[in-house]
Amino acid sequence: MLAAGGAWKVRFSALTGRAGPCYHPVMGGLEDGTRALARTTGGGRRPRPVRFAVVVFPGSNCDADCYHAVGNVLGQPVEYVWHGTTDLSDFDCVILPGGFSYGDYLRTGAIARFSPVMEEVARFAGRGGLVIGICNGFQILLEAGLLPGAMLRNDSLQFRCLYTNVRVETTRTPFTGLCRRGQVLRIPIAHAEGNYTAPPDVLEELEQSGRVVFRYVDERGEPTPEANPNGSVRSIAGIVNEAGNVLGLMPHPERCCEEMLGSTDGRLIFESIVAHVTSRSVARPVVKGGSAR
Amino acid sequence: MSRESRPSVPVWEEVGLTEEEYRMVCRILGREPSHTELGMFGLMWSEHCSYKTSKVHLRLLPQTGRRVLVGPGENAGVADLGDGFVVVWKIESHNHPSAIEPYQGAATGVGGILRDIFTMGARPIACLDSLRFGPLDDDRVRYLVGGVVAGIAGYGNTTGIPTVGGEIYFDDCYRDNCLVNVMCVGLLEGGRVIRGRAEGPGNPVILAGNRTGRDGIHGASLLASREFDEKAEEMRPAVQVADPFVEKLLIEACLELAQTDYLVGLNDLGAAGLTSASSEMASRAGTGLDIDISRVPRREPGMTPYEVMLSESQERMLVVVRKGREKDAIELFDKWGVEARVIGRVTDDGILRVREGERVVAEVPARALAHEAPAYERPMRRPAYLDEVVRLDLEGLPLPGGSGHPDKDWAGAFRRLLASPNIACKEWVWRQYDHMVRTNTVVLPGSDAAVLRLKREEDPETRKMTAAAGGRAAGGAADSAAAAERFKGIALSTDGNGRYAYLDPFTGGVQAVAEAARNVVCAGAEPVGLTNCLNFANPEDPEIMWQFRKVIEGMAEACRVLGVPVTGGNVSFYNETMGVPIFPTPVVGMLGYLDDVGRRVTAGFKKAGDIVLLAGETREELGGSEYLYLVAGEVRGAPPAVDLQREKALQAFVLEAARAGLLRSAHDCAEGGLAVALAESSFLADPEAGGVEAEVMVNLAGTAGDGGARPPRLDAVLFGETQSRVVISCDSSRVDELAGVARRHGVPLARLGRVRDGLIRLTAAGDVVLEERTEDLKALWRRALPEALRA
Repeated sequence: MLAAGGAWKVRFSALTGRAGPCYHPVMGGLEDGTRALARTTGGGRRPRPVRFAVVVFPGSNCDADCYHAVGNVLGQPVEYVWHGTTDLSDFDCVILPGGFSYGDYLRTGAIARFSPVMEEVARFAGRGGLVIGICNGFQILLEAGLLPGAMLRNDSLQFRCLYTNVRVETTRTPFTGLCRRGQVLRIPIAHAEGNYTAPPDVLEELEQSGRVVFRYVDERGEPTPEANPNGSVRSIAGIVNEAGNVLGLMPHPERCCEEMLGSTDGRLIFESIVAHVTSRSVARPVVKGGSAR
Repeated sequence: MSRESRPSVPVWEEVGLTEEEYRMVCRILGREPSHTELGMFGLMWSEHCSYKTSKVHLRLLPQTGRRVLVGPGENAGVADLGDGFVVVWKIESHNHPSAIEPYQGAATGVGGILRDIFTMGARPIACLDSLRFGPLDDDRVRYLVGGVVAGIAGYGNTTGIPTVGGEIYFDDCYRDNCLVNVMCVGLLEGGRVIRGRAEGPGNPVILAGNRTGRDGIHGASLLASREFDEKAEEMRPAVQVADPFVEKLLIEACLELAQTDYLVGLNDLGAAGLTSASSEMASRAGTGLDIDISRVPRREPGMTPYEVMLSESQERMLVVVRKGREKDAIELFDKWGVEARVIGRVTDDGILRVREGERVVAEVPARALAHEAPAYERPMRRPAYLDEVVRLDLEGLPLPGGSGHPDKDWAGAFRRLLASPNIACKEWVWRQYDHMVRTNTVVLPGSDAAVLRLKREEDPETRKMTAAAGGRAAGGAADSAAAAERFKGIALSTDGNGRYAYLDPFTGGVQAVAEAARNVVCAGAEPVGLTNCLNFANPEDPEIMWQFRKVIEGMAEACRVLGVPVTGGNVSFYNETMGVPIFPTPVVGMLGYLDDVGRRVTAGFKKAGDIVLLAGETREELGGSEYLYLVAGEVRGAPPAVDLQREKALQAFVLEAARAGLLRSAHDCAEGGLAVALAESSFLADPEAGGVEAEVMVNLAGTAGDGGARPPRLDAVLFGETQSRVVISCDSSRVDELAGVARRHGVPLARLGRVRDGLIRLTAAGDVVLEERTEDLKALWRRALPEALRA
């Protein structure tokens, strides 16, 4: 069976712990990334680096993509963290990447939620740390109860990989601060179970408290059935928790951070995170989702 | 021999050997083989594993090239693209398993080819699939299509390997014997190519991965090396079951192992399972192996040595490490949750010795099993059908609107073509594949070739390049994008036209190579090398054997002229059902190289007002065309000829123009001819450039027999599939420069018209033959395949 935790020396030596080769802004090649960031945050001085963790579950397969987007494109320090890790205190933001954790043979994310790291993710979120679950990461957050609701199979009953348009429903989250409300982002999806559902009262609560962050829409920004790639209720593509610091979304922002890949809209999400963290003086409480809108 | 008292079931036939082969085995061993030994020989000497029919012919294919490091013989071909980027690639078939159990057959096909790649220390970075099915009005065919596509998706998506391209064609000959050819491309991670060699006597041999079960026994010998008959359904137990999650863990574990200093050799267990991996590793190294199968982790109790040695349970690897380091290796696998156990040692006597505890159950020279199967020069005879099918009476074929033609006008014929499953948009297939994971796919499915940039996530160099290329905020300036992207890239394409090869096997072989190379050239890439999958019917039929020989001769000729070596591949024989053979179907998997992905070219038009040109001449060639098939219901006539010198010049021209940044788009004229190529470039266009205004009567070559005076008939100009043609669009200010490049290469280049938005308008000598809204045609083209599959 799968070993959980322990002293790991994996493909990425960064997985062994803090001492691994993690990129720091002082190293070469980063200036361009931070310059862009400095521009977006409006600051003249160089902001402090934002420390990202990418959790690696057995079967994660978008871990390297998140690492690349955050580390190479944004130029932020990033480390792989194995699912056996029980201490995330050195990080500002934890990414639960896409993939098929444990093969997803049972129900997506159903096994991964029992990984030791997930207890720490819950504590980390409780301390106000930022957590972003993308695709399988979103599914894991749902299974772990960190976000409400559940996933059904896509209404097509098929895997879907395509570019979608998602509308930013609120900018009052740490993940969308640099977006405009109503802005349509072009971000791809790749999943077989992204058909989000929740009981009516939960949906109402999500809507009322401004916790629906992204919705599938057409080019004009309308949430039409044709623009909904998986049958998700109310065209929901991403939601945050009550405290606003845990985001789950099915689209893959890490896949559209470079122009050669067809869109750079994904960067807005990661850059919003960076802007949010760097603008906090010390440990300012995260935005309360309830006050959004 | 006592067994001869039961002549009704000769012992050799049970394992798929001939009597003559059985006698050879007896001579090699100096005795009669045991039950287990006979099973092992049956597998390793099967057509599927031994290439006994094909190997004398495969030698014709050129194997060396400028960038090629490792050719045939290892698990996959290897090319060095500089700056430490070493690419490994191979194609393989999984036809018969997929025809019986489509989901698992296709899924395990993907799993097998992935293992061929990471066994060499390369991380799989892309897959492409070349599929052939029967007509979609058949319920079972639709079931097969759905199952195969879902199986490929299930495996590729789970393991996180993007499926970036491929092709799918439908023809009656594949009705009961679909073709599933999967190509995988990998990027070397550890700086060295890992070989499948059991070097160093005394070194431990470890079996890692899934437990061994009773699945897939006789997969290679009985399922893959025989044609289908009415009992094909009964072969279902010979199909293996896929576990992509274990494969994903195996990939990570093996790639980590490849970085260690104690890994000696690595080989996957594919067809013929443990028998094949152990004998091949020993034979390649000139060593022997002593393995104790009582140490093999089993899925179920009571398995016989025969079953253990012949099982084709998936997701297993055989590993040889340095003596004393077995604990390290097993801990490494354990870390990834992969079961691994020492099952034996390397020896120096060249013998593969299989024990069950103390009892020896097989003792055979490894080399005899793995590399000394008999080679056959089977009899060949030019098929009689060729004289019949080559006759094409175009006089009797009316133009659209004429009596006997199914379409009342050109628009009708055009629509018929766009809605044909062979030409229609294949989005239904590729949207089920994750084609973006690993964030390297810079040309998504649908263009002539997929293009991937090459990067290493943790390489500081990647960091610098990305910062330069992508260091702009969202919505930032796009103008400098091309200049800033300095990533190297690869272009990938799979091609092969069974109809052409059926009508003229030699030309079919030439054309498959030429088109695959043309496709990567249209992406702006230089062809580096190819892997091939040769799908044929029963080679014991001299006419099939002749087809095989001619296809190889054609491929060899094209490879020589175009300077593209063959780095390996796969032969799949016995693709026939109840005596009905498939068309000979060579599939070429081409690797192209771009030293700057910023210079990539795609098929879609970019800007209204750009000049649209045709490079290459159009001849009156309707033989073997999709148009002929659709309007006359026939696969007939001479397939379009390929003049390799013209082809070479065309490719050199396109490549130079691409590198000079002169091409806004480039699209190969293939099935459906010029009209379909123009339509596809319109459909794939960026917004505001979805249309074209073109005069098609350009670059016409006179028809032989009429003193070269008569121009081709209009349906041949519009829909004929003359080779060596590319539709190009170019900024109007750079057309003269482009024409200069074409002249230098001796390539006829003529102006067709302009890119315009929203309308496709084709004229022939000034007369409008077709004027339709792009939107309408595109909807038809996009809807056709899903609708046919729903039927």
